[in-house]
This record gives sequence, structure tokens and C-alpha cells, in this order.
Amino acid sequence: MSVLVNKDSKIIVQGFTGSEGTFHAGQMIEYGTNVVGGVTPGKGGQEHLGKPVFNSVSDAVTKTGADVSIIFVPPAFAGDAIMEAAEAGIKVIVCITEGIPVNDMVKVKAYIDNKDCTLIGPNCPGVMTAGEAKVGIMPGFIFTPGRIGIVSKSGTLTYEAVDQITKAGMGQSTAIGIGGDPIIGTTTLEAVKLLMNDKDTDGIIMIGEIGGDLEVKAARWIKENGTKPVVGFIAGVTAPKGRTMGHAGAIVSGEEESAEAKKAIMRECGIHVVDSPAQIGAKMAELIKN
Amino acid sequence: MNIHEYQGKSILKSFGVAIQEGIVADTPQEAVAAAKKLTEDTGTEWYVVKAQIHAGGRGKGTVTETDSRGVVLAKGIDKVEGIAKAILGGHLVTAQTSDTGKQVNKVLVAQDVYYPGASEPEEYYMSVLLDRSSGKHIIMYSPEGGMNIEEVAEQTPHLIFKEEIDAMLGLQGFQTRRIAFNLGLSGQAFKQMNKFVHALYAAFIGCDASMFEINPVLKTSDDNIIAVDAKVTLDDNALYRHKAYAEMRDKTEEDQTEVEADEAGLNYVKLDGNVGCMVNGAGLAMATMDIIKLSGGEPANFLDVGGTADAARVEKAFRIILKDKAVKAILVNIFGGIVRCDRVAQGIVDAYNNIGELPVPLIVRLQGTNAEEAKQLIDDSGLKVHSVILLQEAADKVAEVLA
Repeated sequence: MSVLVNKDSKIIVQGFTGSEGTFHAGQMIEYGTNVVGGVTPGKGGQEHLGKPVFNSVSDAVTKTGADVSIIFVPPAFAGDAIMEAAEAGIKVIVCITEGIPVNDMVKVKAYIDNKDCTLIGPNCPGVMTAGEAKVGIMPGFIFTPGRIGIVSKSGTLTYEAVDQITKAGMGQSTAIGIGGDPIIGTTTLEAVKLLMNDKDTDGIIMIGEIGGDLEVKAARWIKENGTKPVVGFIAGVTAPKGRTMGHAGAIVSGEEESAEAKKAIMRECGIHVVDSPAQIGAKMAELIKN
Repeated sequence: MNIHEYQGKSILKSFGVAIQEGIVADTPQEAVAAAKKLTEDTGTEWYVVKAQIHAGGRGKGTVTETDSRGVVLAKGIDKVEGIAKAILGGHLVTAQTSDTGKQVNKVLVAQDVYYPGASEPEEYYMSVLLDRSSGKHIIMYSPEGGMNIEEVAEQTPHLIFKEEIDAMLGLQGFQTRRIAFNLGLSGQAFKQMNKFVHALYAAFIGCDASMFEINPVLKTSDDNIIAVDAKVTLDDNALYRHKAYAEMRDKTEEDQTEVEADEAGLNYVKLDGNVGCMVNGAGLAMATMDIIKLSGGEPANFLDVGGTADAARVEKAFRIILKDKAVKAILVNIFGGIVRCDRVAQGIVDAYNNIGELPVPLIVRLQGTNAEEAKQLIDDSGLKVHSVILLQEAADKVAEVLA
């Protein structure tokens, strides 16, 4: 079954007819994902990529029973798109958009806190359950169905981990790209909990980076509640203090936010931390075989 | 985006926040004219001349050329020209700059606000920022103003207060009252502080700031509350709705290569190492820097070519990395998802053809979408590269070429 999305998910694409939406929706459909339609205000009634287009998320939900949405809307409108999906009753909202103003996300977070939904992202590569559903922009061909779950702030580093897992002779259950922004819908801890409780996941890879305290919170929870091996990596040992490294949230502003500090805490909590990102797959293989 | 004190104050004032008044000047003569105007406007007879650079600690900093401080009190209009002259054009070194300091191109001539009166002036600290763990804005404040807030947090943490703001409702009256009471205010000063905090938060939201740091907030001897300094950081992602603020960007404050990279759509941060790198994605870019270090090198840069890297952008990235003469090797690490490896490979080949012989060894790892085509392109080009497939192989190769 894995977590968040699977072959039975009914998925709509917000920003369906735009160039990003078109390209990635096409890739999702090609992977075999159950895309039931899309939303582009003003283009309702048309057909795109062989699927119906709706004017609003609530129209799409009424007509298709959609329960998952993926958002490819430009940053100025993405906050609004998330709230629209939440209001329409979508259960899992995946927002790929990078560059949403922080003040917009402060409001969005307050709004969705009172709704029954899970937001993944923004500024993330999406969620992928290998062999079942690709709700994101991850390259499908590197995945193999299997039993390792992945939680990561970074897109390409997720691909790296997925690839290493596949090459080490294992496969993935669900990979969750939580996103690199200062405000995100699902934290490392929440994503780790989902995988820890998933009967189809045997091991978890947790990839973080400098800035914030998400990995530390997850590590402390794992120490008390962990039942599966967790391999950890934190990017940014070499990042200078006080500079933003690409992701808006990747900035060291306090002692506990540096890569070294996070890794030390993770190790204390029983996580198998690797110093080299090239060792993620090998470390998991070693743990699973024992 | 960081902006200068004088720009930050102009934004605050436009939202009704009381500030220490001042006029910016480019030359000593302009500084004198500014002082005259200030006297007409405010009646002040003393002035504070403040270097405008994007770094804190100016008051304790030193101008290398003249030994002047970065913030100097002029006790009379006849002192202004000489003081401005000693600051303008010099390099100001503070605890927050490099050893060479930052060149001062402008000074802010400000009114003296520490004049004597019915009560003693008092300094407070106040900042507005995002609390990442709650996803809410907070106002952080302390009666220990004018000091380094990190030191206050360390030595007297009980003197730092936080007020969390509800995103739906905004800042409430009971909250600004609590702030004013915690700062020990009463009477006229209490009322003014309530007004000040409301206006400050309105400004924060109105200009889409990521951070305000007002240190000090001053209670004057006649019980007014004003911002004497203003460190304002604006949210880059929101600048599209604030064209006037976007124009406040002072590119002379930034690393020129970083500005050039930014204009080419590259996310580049200059570092001090000997191995350049070009990567797609911020997380993988940081991880690549880390692996360079583990291999015995030091990363010379952070460079994310982004999700739509094409040949032209890759060539530009190469030229930027090669500008750094400390670079002894370059590691290209691309995991093609959206980015197609063959396009990146084309960029490498184009750069090679246009730049000529690369002066340093090049290690290329292209994985993911169209990796095979990419390898073929590079093989056919005659370009001498160390081609690797696994990340571990890339690490080993870096160690090998550095040895």
C-alpha cells in the first residue's frame, strides 16, 4: 500500500495546461499514474492530454472524485491554488512550485491547519510510490518497487538515493520530497512517522540539509519510537554560515542548524548517519541484510 | 535581499513608523547640505554621520584608510564635512565584514536623538521575523537595546521576549500592550510604543520583509519611540509585487561574480576552495561540495545550474568557475530528472570549443535522463574528461587529480 499515494489515488493537476503542467502530467500518465483530470480556470470543458479540464478544483472533485492534487501553478498564484485544493476536500496536496512568497505561505499554513488535508511541499520534487503513482517530477525510470522509504528536502539528492538503492539491489516503497522552503506542509518528522507505520516499508532514508530543526525533531522521535533502521545524510558540512545555499530554507542561523550539529544529534538518536552521500545505498543494504 | 539603513528607514516611515530622521549623501558637500536641511526640518544642532554598508557593527568598526569609526557624532555643523570625508570612499571593517572591509559609497546624516529632556533616553531591541518551527511571524524584543542580541540571548536569556502573531488575525492590541509593559513603559511612552509596534508589523507585512531588526528602538527624553537603526531584509520571492523596492538592490554590495551568475539564472556562491563544481539542484550541490571535502579538496563554489539547464547556461557556468584562479579541478555532477544530460553535455562541449583548452582537469558525472546520449556526445567531441558513473567514483577521481 505504501503511503500518501498509490495506484488507486485519483489525481488532478492544477496548472494542467501550462508548459510545466503539460510536460510533467504527460510523464505522470506515461508512468501509469491515475491522473483523472486537471484544473485551469477559464478552460473548463476542454480536454487536455486525453483528460478533462475543469475551471475549479471543486468542479474536478465533484466530477471525478479526485483525492490528490499536484500543483504546477506560478509562484504568485500557488498559495491560492493550495487553499483552493484544501477547501475542495483534496486529501493530499503536492505543491511543486518554487519561489512562493513566505508571507503567502504563512497564511496558507494557518488556513490548511484547520482542514483535513496533507500538504507536501512547496518547492519539492513530489511524492512517488514506485510502480504505482508518480505525483511529482522525479524521473520514473530510476525507481524499482521495493521496501525502502525515502524522506528528503532535496530533489536531485532524492534521485541520488533512489538510484543507489536500486543499484544496491533493493527498491523503494514511497519517496517523499518534503521541499526546501522555510515553511512546508509536511515536516521530516511527519513523513518519517508515515513510513515508520507503513507495513510495506522496511527501512527509511532520511536526507536533510543545513538550516531549521526538522531533522533534529525527527531524530528525537525516532530515538523513542523507531522500529526500523534509518540511514541519514545531511548536506552542507562545507556551507559557510549565514549564506543561503540555493534553497530558501538552507541557511545556518544557529548552532544546532549546522550539518555537523544535526549529524551528531542524529547519531545520538540511533540513526545510521553517513558522511558521504555516495554511501547512502551501501549503508542501507548493510543494515537490511543484517 | 538586503537593503541599506537609509532605504529601510524610508520604507518604515512610509508605513507610519517613527524613525530617526536623516538624509543620505554621496559627498562631504552633500553631507553638509543634508545637515543644514535636517536642522531646518527637525531643529537638531548635532548630527550622526553613519556609513551605509550591508553589515552590522558599524559603530565599532574602523575605516582602514582614516581610522575613523563607521558611525560618528558631529557636535556642530562645522564638523560634518570632515567626518563625512573620513568615512566616504574608505573601507569599513566591522565584526561582520571580511578583513578588507566594505567600501563606503554613501553616508546617512541623521538627527541627534539623544538630546537631554524630562526623562532619561532608553534603548530597546526589537525584531520581526519568521519562526520556522511554527510557521508564524514573531516579534522578538528586549529591554537590553543597543547590544549584540546574541550576547543578550547567551548571558541574560530571561530578558528576551517573544510575541507570536496569528496569521489570520494579525497583531492584536493586547499583544502590543504586553510588549510595552514588558519594556517597563508607562504614560506617553507606553502609548507611543503601542503605536510603534502596530506600525512596525504593518510595515513588515506591507513590504513582504523576511526580517526587521531595529536595534536600538529608542525612547527619547521627551517620551517618543523611534527607530534609530533599521536592518531590513526583503523576501526575494515577493519582489515581483514591489517594483520600487526591487530597485533598492545595491549590486556593489554583492560579489560581482555572483551578480553575473544571478543574471544568467545560475545560483552561485563563491567559496575559498580549490575544486570548482557544477551541479543541478541545491541539495545535490551541497552534497557534492561535501564529497569534494571528503576527497581531500575544498569546494571553490556552490553552483546550482537549475532545473532548466541548457547549453548556453552551462557554458556560462564554466566561464564563471574558471574565473577563480584558485580552481585546480572541476567536478560536474548532474542527475538528470527534468534536466536532460545530453543538453548539459552539449554545454560542456560548446564551452570547450569556445574557451579552448581547459586549464584544469574536468571530472564529469552525468546520470539519469539521456545519460547515454550525453556520454556519446562527450566521447565524440575529443574533449579530455574523466568520465565517471557513480558518485563514489567521482569522489575517488577528485582525490586522484588533486594528488
